[in-house]
Amino acid sequence: MSKLDSKIPEGKLEEKWEKYKSTVALVNPANKRSLEVIVVGSGLAGASAAASLAEMGYKVKCFCFQDSARRAHSIAAQGGINAAKNYQNDGDSTYRLFYDTVKGGDYRAREANVYRLASVSANIIDQCVAQGVPLAREYGGMLSNRSFGGTQVQRTFYAAGQTGQQLLLGAYSALQRQVGLGTIEMLPRHEMLEVVTIEGKARGVIARDLISGKLERHFGHAVLLCTGGYGNVFYLSTNAMGANVTAAWKAHKQGAFFGNPCFTQIHPTCIPVSGDHQSKLTLMSESLRNDGRIWVPKKQGDTRKANEIPEEERDYYLERRYPAFGNLVPRDVASRAAKERCDAGFGVGTSKMAVYLDFKAAIARYGHTHAIKLGTNNPTAEQLKKFGKEVVEEKYGNLFEMYEQITGENPYELPMRIYPAVHYTMGGLWVDYNLMTTVPGLYALGEANFSDHGANRLGASALMQGLADGYFVIPYTLGAYLSKEISVKAIPTTHEAFVEAEKNALAIIDKLFAIKGTKSVDHFHKALGKIMWNKCGMARNSTGLKEAIQEIKVLREEFWKDVLVPGSANELNPELEKAGRVADFLELGELMCMDALNRNESCGGHFREESQTEDGEAKRDDDNYSYVAAWENKGNNNYELHKEELVFDVVHPSQRSYK
Amino acid sequence: MSGNMNLTLKVWRQKNDKATGKLVTYPVKDISPDMSFLEMFDVLNEQLIVKGEEPIAFDHDCREGICGMCSMFINGQPHGPKRGVTTCQLHMRSFKDGDTIVVEPWRAAAFPVIKDLTVDRTAFDRIISKGGFISVNTGNAQDANNIPIPKPDADASFNAAACIGCGACVATCKNSSAMLFVSAKVSQLALLPQGRVEATARVKNMVAQMDEEGFGNCSNTGACEVECPKGISLENIARMNREYFTANIKE
Ligand SMILES: Cc1cc2nc3c(=O)[nH]c(=O)nc-3n(C[C@H](O)[C@H](O)[C@H](O)COP(=O)(O)OP(=O)(O)OC[C@H]3O[C@@H](n4cnc5c(N)ncnc54)[C@H](O)[C@@H]3O)c2cc1C
Ligand code: SF4
Ligand code: FES
Repeated sequence: MSKLDSKIPEGKLEEKWEKYKSTVALVNPANKRSLEVIVVGSGLAGASAAASLAEMGYKVKCFCFQDSARRAHSIAAQGGINAAKNYQNDGDSTYRLFYDTVKGGDYRAREANVYRLASVSANIIDQCVAQGVPLAREYGGMLSNRSFGGTQVQRTFYAAGQTGQQLLLGAYSALQRQVGLGTIEMLPRHEMLEVVTIEGKARGVIARDLISGKLERHFGHAVLLCTGGYGNVFYLSTNAMGANVTAAWKAHKQGAFFGNPCFTQIHPTCIPVSGDHQSKLTLMSESLRNDGRIWVPKKQGDTRKANEIPEEERDYYLERRYPAFGNLVPRDVASRAAKERCDAGFGVGTSKMAVYLDFKAAIARYGHTHAIKLGTNNPTAEQLKKFGKEVVEEKYGNLFEMYEQITGENPYELPMRIYPAVHYTMGGLWVDYNLMTTVPGLYALGEANFSDHGANRLGASALMQGLADGYFVIPYTLGAYLSKEISVKAIPTTHEAFVEAEKNALAIIDKLFAIKGTKSVDHFHKALGKIMWNKCGMARNSTGLKEAIQEIKVLREEFWKDVLVPGSANELNPELEKAGRVADFLELGELMCMDALNRNESCGGHFREESQTEDGEAKRDDDNYSYVAAWENKGNNNYELHKEELVFDVVHPSQRSYK
Repeated sequence: MSGNMNLTLKVWRQKNDKATGKLVTYPVKDISPDMSFLEMFDVLNEQLIVKGEEPIAFDHDCREGICGMCSMFINGQPHGPKRGVTTCQLHMRSFKDGDTIVVEPWRAAAFPVIKDLTVDRTAFDRIISKGGFISVNTGNAQDANNIPIPKPDADASFNAAACIGCGACVATCKNSSAMLFVSAKVSQLALLPQGRVEATARVKNMVAQMDEEGFGNCSNTGACEVECPKGISLENIARMNREYFTANIKE
């Protein structure tokens, strides 16, 4: 197992990072100028890393597949970002944020990494505010916080329902500033297709210019993959259409182990699927659960409209099952409970795969308090409703509008229909404490790594992690590696390793065009998504997973025989882009099922039906599965499992209970 | 299914930046009112692919109105007939059975067509790189609450910062002016104490780059504000003009 050294520094938990920073090798300014760094991805992780490294003096090249760095999918994050600032004086601290994150992740994350994340969280907020990110403020001019994801402290910073957008635009402006200064070369509309390794070290990438279709070779002394999550393996998810696993997968094939691939987060509050044409799912922020009550009819197959079902015939099943937390149980618990009700025949809407999220009680409650505030005596029912709506509109107006835009229904009058959807992938490339993968010089940051969230991510912590990795971790840890690379001259891209890698990339493109089959790429993507959702989704069991593995193998063969990619390689060709991505998903999907099959325990977002308590709650198995599953690619869809045992020195794993 | 629609689409097809383009007519059948405009295009593309024709290239990514990538000029309006939404948020229930819909790319000298409905908007990035930032390196920051910012200023700054960089303002403007986009960034930063330090250089450099990219002058028609999916207000242009004026006086 020598291959899996997590390189966690010695010392007490709270001293590790401080000590690391003050003893890590540095690169002097003159040397930095001749060291080249490739950053793939311009989301929170990539943009913050690229900007920070360029400011330090490295020569940076940054890639993204969208037409501008500003459009990375981080832009879509709604709710907020956590930081242990304790501005609300409610008892928050680095330790508490660390503890909540380890517990929320169901004890499948590394203590040292999570502690570091919590300890730099406060710096992130400082940095963003200094950049001009307009986070929400109180009337006194101080920053505002909201509570999020059922924690007991208010530590979430936000910018209306557009936190990800504002944070990303902050990082993007820092990146563009360096572009203007000539320290970053930004290459938008470029897709990385291969990692180039020379003598075992990552030394560059092959990227396709998506406009001309040309394959390009790019050298770097180190390569950082900041390419986001792979939720689109399910076809339908809250991810952007272009989100993919290709960069991470190609790295995996070059020797980077893949950590915990089956750990997927399914978000409980999304707008349900409306038909076969559906191309993606839209999230309704978790904050809605602070005020909305979730219910289904008590009668199976009830066809009445929501408003016709009397109060006593409604089952507020979260409040019933989890009286202590009610509608605010963590994401995994809420998602599974919704699925359980729908599977049992209590679902609502035309598809019957939805539950209600009802704001009637909140509107009534706010109506009363608002009337008191306004000093309105004996308000009429009409007035109460109006006041209540006003308060709800101020809190959630943009979400309600978005819901109405998509469904054509007014959520002030009718309860929203919601259903869980794939939202985030905790799994990703395995990295050590330095964020380096098992390939020297190849790093993974942000959602692309398996990182800090264990088996379940708490709300508002992905934005925190992406920016922590990019602004505050990689600037130190990359130096540790590059300080030993200063004598390496830029390797010309005529080197045989580049030639070989380009050949590989080209061979795949040629192969895709040569098939000239009968079915579109989307056809295969949808089919894969159905298998993954049904058998490797919210609940998994051994029989289903074994079937899924077989079905994916068959589907993959069919894809390589019958896919139809129109157009040609030397032009803008979105179908070709999709085909390459789906080809990789068709391999990843199988590995996810293998990983899920291997993990015969329920933990976090991974609910294994064979491992549950008598009353149907998730049962973790610390004796046998307290490890990170890191998979090595042995070629031809064979994988070998390596285990990184998790050691808990500070937090003691206990069974999560929300009863 | 009842309620479904049959439509006639006239779509701009153009092989690449050098080719001449033209409108091509496509009938589409059985479109559900619940589909988004882009999902309707997915259906059309799927049909084209299976028939062995080349699908229509169009930009899109998030499909929830925030990334700013989608950009269709629909029946003479950027992002279509509905106010306050992007193309991806437009739903087919905004159209009627039997409608003819003309779909073109953004048209502006500074946004050359790449293929079909896809245009090159990198001019926006170049403008940002000339001043759309605050020069603060990572690690330079003081505590975030050290400078209180009045809520109205913070809110106004946020409202300007909500711009998604889609370019609808340019596409709708008869002069192809980028004033709304540029002024939104200038305003966001000008309204914050942190942004004041570089305010003079920022506005001058960004405006200079805007001119160099070939965007036209602003003649205050106000069309941009009407078509902007994010409600970016004309007040930002007024604020930028003041900033620009003061910057020049300072010289
Ligand atoms: C709808 C939604 C809401 C969310 N809300 C929250 C929230 O409130 N709080 C929170 O903490 N988290 C939230 N999350 C999660 C969080 O937004 C993401 O985990 C995080 O932003 C990911 O950032 P990233 O930098 O790792 O990747 P991304 O932002 O996804 O960026 C990936 C980058 O990689 C590039 N890329 C990918 N593949 C390639 C390739 N092959 N070649 C070249 N470039 C490539 C892309 O172009 C892009 O620039 C939300 C997620 C979603 C989907
Ligand atoms: S100002 Fe409005 S229309 Fe113009 S780019 Fe920004 S969001 Fe788009
Ligand atoms: S696709 Fe992102 S705004 Fe329309």
